[in-house]
Amino acid sequence: MKRQSRFILSALAFGYAFLYVPLILVVVYSFNDSRIATVWGGFSTRWYGELLQNDSILDAAFLSLQVAITSATAATLLGTMAGLALARFGRFRGRTLFSGMISSPMVMPEVITGLSLLLLFVTLQQLTGWPGQRGFSTIAIAHTTFSMAYVAVIVQSRLMAMDESLEEAAMDLGGRPLRVVFDITLPLIAPAMIAGWLLSFTLSLDDLVIASFVSGPGSSTLPMVIFSKVKLGVSPDINALATIIIVTVSLGVAIAWVVGRRATRPS
Amino acid sequence: MTANAKNDETWRRVAVAVPYLWLFVFFLAPFAIVFKISLADPVIAQPPFTASFDEQGNLAASADSFRFLLTDKLYVITYLRSVLMAGGATILCLALGFPMAYGIARSNPATRNLLLLLIVLPFWISFLLRVYAWMGLMNNHGVINNFLMWLGAIDKPIQFMYTDFAVFVGLAYSYLPFMILPLYASLERMDLSLVEAAQDLGATRTRAFWDVTWPLARAGVIAGCLLVFIPAMGEYVIPYLLGGPESLLIGRVLFDEFFVNRDWPLASAVAIILLLLLVVPIVVLQRYQARDQESAA
Repeated sequence: MKRQSRFILSALAFGYAFLYVPLILVVVYSFNDSRIATVWGGFSTRWYGELLQNDSILDAAFLSLQVAITSATAATLLGTMAGLALARFGRFRGRTLFSGMISSPMVMPEVITGLSLLLLFVTLQQLTGWPGQRGFSTIAIAHTTFSMAYVAVIVQSRLMAMDESLEEAAMDLGGRPLRVVFDITLPLIAPAMIAGWLLSFTLSLDDLVIASFVSGPGSSTLPMVIFSKVKLGVSPDINALATIIIVTVSLGVAIAWVVGRRATRPS
Repeated sequence: MTANAKNDETWRRVAVAVPYLWLFVFFLAPFAIVFKISLADPVIAQPPFTASFDEQGNLAASADSFRFLLTDKLYVITYLRSVLMAGGATILCLALGFPMAYGIARSNPATRNLLLLLIVLPFWISFLLRVYAWMGLMNNHGVINNFLMWLGAIDKPIQFMYTDFAVFVGLAYSYLPFMILPLYASLERMDLSLVEAAQDLGATRTRAFWDVTWPLARAGVIAGCLLVFIPAMGEYVIPYLLGGPESLLIGRVLFDEFFVNRDWPLASAVAIILLLLLVVPIVVLQRYQARDQESAA
């Protein structure tokens, strides 16, 4: 392996510092005793205590978790079907439109997706009376729609990278196509489905703009509550909340990495 | 057996039809509705726009919203500003992302995985909170200003927050991973011996870079730039939190027309024109991604 040039090394150092210094500072300042978030007033964990007493944040976090679990599960089901169809069913009528609809939600600016879904819900309500109230169900539908695209792409690329011979062998041995899907294909793409579920779950927890459009009065997700606080400026309890999220995510990813490395290491 | 075969055929149809129908209803149909409402007139009612047909059943469409958008200087300037800001952030990401992706692709395998993991990790941490982190940094009494004053480099805080500079930094920071990943994918696949061959044949390092590395990385550069540019064009959170009142971007204008002014037809027209501006980049991106998936398979 050739040594990296000094220019590349400094770009790497600068780039990683750029990505991580802001996050590290949020973690450090979450232990700041001072109410003025940018002045250091000694070490304290009081903001974590205040966070646990903030009902609006806790309620919003609970709603966000419910939406994330529901939409990630629905997106995994729908996205897996779509990925299977795209990778294994060959040509079918309307395939071009289908693959276009799969890849578009991922790149569509959020303001457009949010606006168009809200106008759909309003129109549906005029025509059919449903949804009577916007909230959990409309947010979950919106999140399912953009998440399933990610699941479909992950499942599809896993299927394309996998050779079809295992499935063909099972068919040659007399397995019916449906059996083959459940006994051979699904176990093989299970890792892709898990990755898709986790990504959908995170995307749902992360979304502010689309949820702001499609939610109704009285149902605020966690990002919506955070945004309404953050609009007014830096606040110490948001630092504490951010720290909890940063630490949880980093630990989760670190564990997944160690486990993954152990699993792939040749014994 | 025939009954079974029929069963399988039914199952295949269901597997296509269910996601198809879902996307049709919740993704494609809404655009038709946005278009329909963009041709209505705003009224004070619930919902706040006129019906497409009047009482006599005549089509009642008006292009007033579009006419207003395209003649009012403010909107035209905002669209242009959005293109410039998103384009500037894309160039910033490319300038920083390219050497990083290059360094990651050339590092040894164990380090490479860790470095890649550190690029992906921010994806899993809330976007909103990552933007928020910069508020504490760029404040007048924030970390950067305090540090510079402590160094004695300045004696008055520099105004970072609520400027276009802050929006640039926020966009580059948030979308940098989107640039690095496709760049890495194309650089990692590149055959290093080609660069060595060019250098053996007497090319300078700069020459070898522009004649060999850059053209081979082109697919990654295009995909990365579009993945940054397209979402940055519609960005709402970053200009809201970091930008000033006059640093308007089109995503925020859409949001405000809808929620603050309650002019649904105008907001819909803003969305339609934004979509028209993005159609070409989106189609190009999809073509590159489809080609990429085929070559990987």
